[in-house]
Amino acid sequence: MSLLEIENLSLDIGATPILKGIDLSIEQGEVMGLVGESGSGKSLTALSIMKLLPSGARTSGRIDFAGMKILSASEDEMCALRGDDIGMVFQEPMTALNPLKTIGEQVAEGIRLHTGASRADAEARARSMLERVGLPSTKFPLSRYPHQLSGGQRQRVIIAIACALKPKLLIADEPTTALDVVLQAQILKLLRELVDENRMGLLLISHDLAVVAEMSDRITILREGAVMEAGETARTLSAQVHPYTRQLAQASMHVPVRQVHHSVPAADRKAPLLTVENLTKDYHSQRTLLFGRPQPFRAVSNVSFSLDAGQSVALVGQSGCGKSTLSRMILALEKPTSGAVAIEGKTTVGMNDAALRSVRRKMQVVFQDPYGSFNPRKTVEWLVAEPLHLLEKQPTKAERRERVEQSLHEVGLKPADMKKYPHEFSGGQRQRISIARAIITRPRLVVADEPVSALDVSIRAQILDLFADLNQKLGIAYLFITHDLTVARAITDEVMVMHEGKIVEAGKTAQVLSQPQSDAGRMLVEAAPDLHRALAKKMQEQG
Amino acid sequence: MSELGAVSEDGFLKKAFGNRSFVAGLVITCLVAATALLSFFWTPYDVNVLIVSNRMQSPSLQHLFGTDQFGRDVLSMIMVGARNSIAVALVAIIIGMGVGVPLGCWAAARGGYVDDVLMRFNDVVFAFPALLSAIMITAIFGPGAINAIIAIGIFNIPVFARVARAGALGLWPREFVLAARAAGKGKTLITIEHILPNIANLLLVQGTIQFALGILAEASLSYIGLGAQPPMPSWGRMLFDAQTRMVVAPYLAIFPGMAIVITVLGLNLLGDGIADTLDPKLRRQR
Amino acid sequence: MSIYLIRRLASGLLTLVVASVVIFFVLEILPGDPARLMLGMNATEDAVQALRVQMGLDEGLYARYVQWACGLLSLDFGRSYTYSVPVAELIRERAAVSLPLALIALTLSTVIAIPVGLFAAARRGRMGDTMAMTVSQFGVAVPNFWFALMLVYVFSVWLRLVPAGGFPGWQSGIWPALKALILPALALALPQAAILARVTRSALLEVLGEDFIRTARAKGLTRKATLWRHALGNAMLPVLTILGLQFAFLLAGTVIIENVFYLPGLGRLLVQAINQRDLIVVEGVVMLLVAAVVLINLLVDLSYAFVDPRLRTRA
Repeated sequence: MSLLEIENLSLDIGATPILKGIDLSIEQGEVMGLVGESGSGKSLTALSIMKLLPSGARTSGRIDFAGMKILSASEDEMCALRGDDIGMVFQEPMTALNPLKTIGEQVAEGIRLHTGASRADAEARARSMLERVGLPSTKFPLSRYPHQLSGGQRQRVIIAIACALKPKLLIADEPTTALDVVLQAQILKLLRELVDENRMGLLLISHDLAVVAEMSDRITILREGAVMEAGETARTLSAQVHPYTRQLAQASMHVPVRQVHHSVPAADRKAPLLTVENLTKDYHSQRTLLFGRPQPFRAVSNVSFSLDAGQSVALVGQSGCGKSTLSRMILALEKPTSGAVAIEGKTTVGMNDAALRSVRRKMQVVFQDPYGSFNPRKTVEWLVAEPLHLLEKQPTKAERRERVEQSLHEVGLKPADMKKYPHEFSGGQRQRISIARAIITRPRLVVADEPVSALDVSIRAQILDLFADLNQKLGIAYLFITHDLTVARAITDEVMVMHEGKIVEAGKTAQVLSQPQSDAGRMLVEAAPDLHRALAKKMQEQG
Repeated sequence: MSELGAVSEDGFLKKAFGNRSFVAGLVITCLVAATALLSFFWTPYDVNVLIVSNRMQSPSLQHLFGTDQFGRDVLSMIMVGARNSIAVALVAIIIGMGVGVPLGCWAAARGGYVDDVLMRFNDVVFAFPALLSAIMITAIFGPGAINAIIAIGIFNIPVFARVARAGALGLWPREFVLAARAAGKGKTLITIEHILPNIANLLLVQGTIQFALGILAEASLSYIGLGAQPPMPSWGRMLFDAQTRMVVAPYLAIFPGMAIVITVLGLNLLGDGIADTLDPKLRRQR
Repeated sequence: MSIYLIRRLASGLLTLVVASVVIFFVLEILPGDPARLMLGMNATEDAVQALRVQMGLDEGLYARYVQWACGLLSLDFGRSYTYSVPVAELIRERAAVSLPLALIALTLSTVIAIPVGLFAAARRGRMGDTMAMTVSQFGVAVPNFWFALMLVYVFSVWLRLVPAGGFPGWQSGIWPALKALILPALALALPQAAILARVTRSALLEVLGEDFIRTARAKGLTRKATLWRHALGNAMLPVLTILGLQFAFLLAGTVIIENVFYLPGLGRLLVQAINQRDLIVVEGVVMLLVAAVVLINLLVDLSYAFVDPRLRTRA
């Protein structure tokens, strides 16, 4: 008998059906990957197993766990089960721990509850568990509070809480989505080891096919609350029997068609489009001692590079390496501590707002969050037209409308969309609007800060195509800020690797990503999930 | 900060009318406002005519809420008193918003020492219990409705400044504001186009709270004789006059008090309803 | 921690200094000569001038401020013009009524509000919650002085259980004195309790929506245990803030309530002093009340640091 058997699970919230007859099973010691795009019902499936659904949710079907009928179990029985036989790890490590309690208390709490152990015994077990997840008490005493730990360390604490009593089943709901690739690889490795040590079943939920392919023995593909396909990982993903499976797999490996940028011969070269020279940014942290001098934190340290017209360059690095700060200084949204930024030879540092206008016209920006990028109270026409403020001569109403229409057309939207508000669009469409806004002044450079990391894979592929297409048609140069090497690989000519505020490596994209020279570069490349590689490995294992 | 403004205008109204607090609050507030307006054209009796023979009558069909020590109709006085209460609280809010919101927005946009100085000053004003200061101000400049308005208005200023600043600070790092800066817009223009429309909801909710507090403060001031002066009818003053006659005529105290409770209740319900409708986080918990 | 504390302390002191300047200069520019007021309109100019010198009013405004402010440091609030006794003595006498009143009211409102808020949050959406919230909605809308009148009507006029007003003084025994404070304290406390209960409930509900509550539930904690062990502590932060603000409201409330019940407290002293243009008394009382507010807010900030490790330790 399987450890967990879900049969024909349906779930409604109010009158809306969310899950429609899901079947899924997990054996002891098996990793089951549950894949799907946002809104497919992955998380609610997990919460159904824990019976921690939001109020108003109604379920039908059958969930059996180790011979116990979950759906008809009482709340007391579930409390005895949760944290003891089933552990759960969540997506957001930053908010998943109680800020007022020490990590020791939080790990020991479940141990004391389920085993009735004394405080000292529970703390001893908590200490060894934290040590097991990579937080030895010599460096991370039990008395630490969550705010004293980084995101990756907090996720380790949460894993320690979930695995403290060696549960039979561990549910991990997007456990690495909020972390960068290097931390992601570390956390996945830890989960793998814990599963092997304790013969746990693991339900790994993710939107990232590469992660799931690397980790799981079998996968279940979910779409709009229904199972599309399920089976052994290698076979399912290589055979791609179901059209949706094929769509997902292809979107994950998508590389837009684009011509490689040929650098202009040195003789014909004018000043480069963008020059960055010895750029440095210090932040002043809050004082910790009364009379001590505040220690400045150097976010960006002595960075220099240049970028030619029409070129597409990626700036990659772990979170917190300073890449966003660098991009904001290039955009003249933040003042550098020292160094210079020049657009077409004109330095922007120290320019006043009026003088900056002519420079800003040449560079625009696309942000990560398709929801936060727009003022929710303005129409698309107003929003897309906003950069026209930069023009010397303000266009008439008709000209303005014409340019917005043109811009929307270029990103694949209809003129009728002008009158709508941002909330009427999906995430992918919003990112198109964001791009339309960026290109309306016909800039020479677009800085894109993680432009596709908030999007589902199939949408991400479309947006990457759009970027490639605009690069071709309009000759716009890109600076892509990303932690995702697939994005870099897909649409850039050159890559710069940033680490602790410095650029540690730069070169042709293919070269850097296949043979990284720096430690930081190597770490990124090795950690990056890769569907090809994962599949090849799985094929060997599973035959 | 919560995702205020994630709802469009028409979506908001539709949701709001499904919210019980909002509907009840709106109905009560409109009724009170309508009564105050009606009093300009019609009251059951003239409140300026004293008929001593009619004094201290218990509620009856002729005088629904009874008559006071000068024989004036209590219902009519409550109707006219509503004008005074609403006018004082409303003008006080206009003063508070008119000064406080620009200050708060300025502090948030400018940062640095401007922010420090403004917020320190706010702290000082907050250290004076509002009603206490109102008592002082009316004591200095003499009692009366105008001075009551100024006194209450001054203490609305830091409240609105604080709300505006907190809301604006949450918006400045947002990506749409960065995009506006990348579009070359200055701080003033961004404040007008992006910040203000997105804190309008917060200000509206705070406005209903301050309105209610203003009504209470005005009543308190008139009660200790520092608000509207007789013969102008005011709710607080009526309660003061009623106090010494509690034994013989409790109705004199009951009805004006009820008027205050109902008005404040309506405004609070309205504010709660707006906040509930706008804040998706709270909505999720319902 | 030290930085946090020192910063709060410094800002509290700064507030006091600025407040003293504001109080002094605003009151001193007001029209009406205290000396003239005391002697009446028929007094000769010479007599008024003599009194002015005697009261120290002939010195410059600035010199008088320095003198007054330095006096404050040694708790010397000056001499009352009308009572001809040290202001400090007057304040001490009257504070013996106001302070117990405010403290009883604060305790009462906290003791009522927090359990009600907890109860309502725990049974969100059910009968108990709806009823508690409806009652509290009315409670928030009731002006405390009207509520006081109603209490007087019911308990003094009708049931004759407690006196309708006045204060026998502590020397007449604890019980009679307390009895005189029961109604005023209730009148002050209940409207405040209504606000506090609502804040407690909504703070709890907000915390209950946080991710770490889900973590706690996934550990196997029951709903109730989660509420007590994880939600309550976090919900205390906004509740503490409101408690601090409420103290200021309570102080202002005592001014009104003391007038309703004819209690010889600081509030009545203040109103009488304003009417008699006894400026030095007004300045002293207001300064004292402001200092009380600043002190309470400082205590609230301290208790923040006690509750929240993020303020105690930095990563």
